Amino acid sequence: MTNLSNSLALELKDVRKSFGKSEIIRGASLSLAKGERLAVIGPNGAGKSTLFNLVSGRFGISGGDICLNGTSISGLKPFEINRLGLARSFQISNLFENLSVYENLRCAVLWSMGYKYSFWQRLGGLRDAHQRAEEVLEQIGLQRQRKVIAGVLTYAEQRALEIGITIAGGADVILLDEPTAGMSRSESDAAVELIRKVTVGKSLVMVEHDMSVVFGLADKIAVLVYGEVIACDTPANIRSNAAVQAAYLGHEATEEHA
Amino acid sequence: MTYSPLNLGRLLVWGGFALILLIAPLIFTKGASLSILSLIGTLMIFGLSYNMLLGQGGMLSFGHAVYSGLGAFFVVHTMNSTGIGAAIPITLMPLVGGLAGMFFGVLFGYVTTKKAGTTFAMITLGLVELVFASSLMFPGFFGGEGGVTTNRVRGDAFFGITYGPQIQVYYLIAAWLFVSTIAMFAFTQTPLGRIVNAVRDNPERVEFIGYNTQWVRYLTLILSAFFAGISGALGTINFEIVSAENVSAIRSGAVLLFVFIGGIGFFFGPLLGAVVGVFFSVMLSDHTPAWQLYLGLFFILLVRFAPAGLASLILMLVRVASFGKFGRIWKPLTGVCVAAIVGLAGFVAAVEMLYHLTLNAANGTVMSLFGQQVDTKAAMPWLMVLVVLMVSYGLYRLFKPVYYAAWSEVNAEITAKLRGSMA
Amino acid sequence: MEFTLFTLLNGVSYGLLLFMLSSGLTLIFSMMGVLNFAHASFYMLGAYMAYTISSVLGFWPALVLAPVVVGLIGALVERYGLRPLHKYGHIPELLFTFGLSYLIVELVQLVWGRAAVAYPIPPSLDGPLFTLFSTSFPMYRGFMMLVALSMLAAIYLVLTRTRVGLVIQAALTHPDAVEALGHNVPRIFMWVFGGGCALAGLAGVIGGNAFVTEPSMAATVGSIIFVVVVVGGMGSLAGAFIASILIGVLQTFAVALDYSIMSVLNSMGANISESTFGYDLLKLTISQSAAILPFLLLVLILIFRPKGLMGTRE
Repeated sequence: MTNLSNSLALELKDVRKSFGKSEIIRGASLSLAKGERLAVIGPNGAGKSTLFNLVSGRFGISGGDICLNGTSISGLKPFEINRLGLARSFQISNLFENLSVYENLRCAVLWSMGYKYSFWQRLGGLRDAHQRAEEVLEQIGLQRQRKVIAGVLTYAEQRALEIGITIAGGADVILLDEPTAGMSRSESDAAVELIRKVTVGKSLVMVEHDMSVVFGLADKIAVLVYGEVIACDTPANIRSNAAVQAAYLGHEATEEHA
Repeated sequence: MTYSPLNLGRLLVWGGFALILLIAPLIFTKGASLSILSLIGTLMIFGLSYNMLLGQGGMLSFGHAVYSGLGAFFVVHTMNSTGIGAAIPITLMPLVGGLAGMFFGVLFGYVTTKKAGTTFAMITLGLVELVFASSLMFPGFFGGEGGVTTNRVRGDAFFGITYGPQIQVYYLIAAWLFVSTIAMFAFTQTPLGRIVNAVRDNPERVEFIGYNTQWVRYLTLILSAFFAGISGALGTINFEIVSAENVSAIRSGAVLLFVFIGGIGFFFGPLLGAVVGVFFSVMLSDHTPAWQLYLGLFFILLVRFAPAGLASLILMLVRVASFGKFGRIWKPLTGVCVAAIVGLAGFVAAVEMLYHLTLNAANGTVMSLFGQQVDTKAAMPWLMVLVVLMVSYGLYRLFKPVYYAAWSEVNAEITAKLRGSMA
Repeated sequence: MEFTLFTLLNGVSYGLLLFMLSSGLTLIFSMMGVLNFAHASFYMLGAYMAYTISSVLGFWPALVLAPVVVGLIGALVERYGLRPLHKYGHIPELLFTFGLSYLIVELVQLVWGRAAVAYPIPPSLDGPLFTLFSTSFPMYRGFMMLVALSMLAAIYLVLTRTRVGLVIQAALTHPDAVEALGHNVPRIFMWVFGGGCALAGLAGVIGGNAFVTEPSMAATVGSIIFVVVVVGGMGSLAGAFIASILIGVLQTFAVALDYSIMSVLNSMGANISESTFGYDLLKLTISQSAAILPFLLLVLILIFRPKGLMGTRE
């Protein structure tokens, strides 16, 4: 039993969530293998963001269990889950608006590098934190904006920084919530390249609406409808899955763009 | 929140600060100046400690005087004690205050930092009212209505320093001020100092990068309480009396006012705020009974028109100057300033006359205003005020559009330049 | 028996006065998210206005006019002082009301002087309402309770039976949704703020002559109404009502009780004197501790039940 669980980066077992009397997530089950890239798709209101919030600890679950690398994380606080190796990004950019791009990234690495609540060490002298921040800065392509205050970045720059903050701490399991939301075609393509680059060797779950992004990046696709996962399979199989077509993709399963 | 990255620049700034502290008594030599400088010094430490919470952590507290006040009470009892306390030299008393403040930070902070935002503000208000109300219940510690007095001249002189003369007290305060300022500035350059900024900007996201925001706030509050205790101790040494007022909501409100006036978003804001605060509450209060009215109005105008404080106004002008464009705005700026000063003169005259009429009527209707004898009941002075106000309004209407145009133009150029340098 | 009854009645009447004050504060905070630090100052304004109006026109016109004037002033303050600050967030709004409270106290002293003013209870309401055994309950206290209860009834009717009331109820918990529905929320804010201040002014009219009308009256009652609002639950008028009565009764009883831990223990045979450890704490009578009770309650509630007794938002 343990051996099997250990090979799964993330596992959702019959997860349920109710807000008052409405049950939003009704028994969702998912498994993510190590190094795998999983995309979660579904119609609006299916509960995709809620699912992310449950996994990352923002909300508590009403039933079922969530396991990260074999350990149950249900009921843990967000920072506890993060320390166990899971990081998430937000659909609406959630940055530190009054800090510069560089500072945003440096903050994101401090805990994982063990600096914790230190008030006796000088930030400027922390070589490894500086190097890691520079590394991520280069990966997300914002070196020239390193001194710009995050609040005044352009939308696409903010989304890039959002991803940067998420991966900077070196978490093994990454959750990306609609990373390309609001982007143009070329911006989306750049974002896909970025995501592919920074998640090498990591396990990734991403919520997406843009089907070309999904089909381009994902190893597996899970379809969430009314709080339940109705299918979880390779992109090719999902495309031809009748239930999925009926519930979500409507009639034409090949092109989704409006 | 960061200033010059050049190490030489930093050295110059700190050196300049030390120099100012050293020579201030030589510049301001009037009788009461030393007391005022000493007061400004303690208030600066208090304000800086408060800004660790508000400006750096986003925590609005209405009860910061709890830590400085309890620190002060601990120090006054230590100074009066004949036991172990007697062995501690006055020079190190602020450390006692700091430790006492820190102790209460540990005790109360755990409870207050459980919540954030408005709830945190309310709990700090409840806490300070609680401590203040209990001060009358325990006269043994709090000294009842009269407070607790002490004598700072005790024990053997230390290299001839007895702390009797005010000048020695001033240099004690200046030394602790210098050390505390360096320490609090250093804090802003540490991991905890940076993370508490992140907590201010986005507490939710901080949790998702591995930090327990409650612990971040709690630890910051403990450190802030330490420095508040130091300021309380220095106040005790300076005034040789501590009373319930030291732990009051009024004193907590005052530091909020002054730090905000100075500018909460800048490290040196509280330093500015302390000077302005003492100007209003000590110097102005000697000359007019209306000083609280002026302070309240000044504060409200700042909230409305310059919420980033006086520091922001100064820095905006410095920025324009550093780009070499000051020459374009100084003329209309002077015009607007002249209009403002004239208007201020008229307003002050009106307020002073009004105050005289309602509060001093028993002494007759004639008062001394700007060095002139003025009959507040006569029509003439009021007519003059009206004329002055109208002139000021006219000047303002004349210069404001010119100034706005120049200001916007200059700033647009600067922004373009900054953005361009990044492209 | 007599003691309990009269202390209870006094406590309830004081609690109702607190409710008159805190209902306005709750409405303003719930709808606009603004903690109106100047609320107690509007209470003071009401009392002073009533003093002036009643000395010219008599008490009954003052009862009607003073709250209206205070309400208008409040509406103007919201329109020109607070509204431009909405875009900066809650802290500047809070700081504005904070500075305003300083300012109003100064202006009141400027106009009416620094000493207490003789704002009298009208002769028609002066005197005992009823006498039980040897203690009499003042008619004016009864009048206060009557006004407070009618005001409560009026608020309830307006909020539940009128269209504007329904909009306000919705905005109490979901202001953004209400604005999205097309209501002129800024104008509603202005009238709610004005209305809240008018309620505070009315409390001032009633309370100013029952207690003393002086410049420090705002500070005296200011912190307690915050306790009421937080303990009752921000966003809940019913909670504010319960909390007001609770605190009013609690404080009135506490002030009247002279027992201390020492007196209780000594009556049971213990012999506590000055040399006993903790004497300072043990000899404290309940009446001496009365001042801290509301704040103790506030801190405890914020630790164990931050939503307050009946709150819906934190």
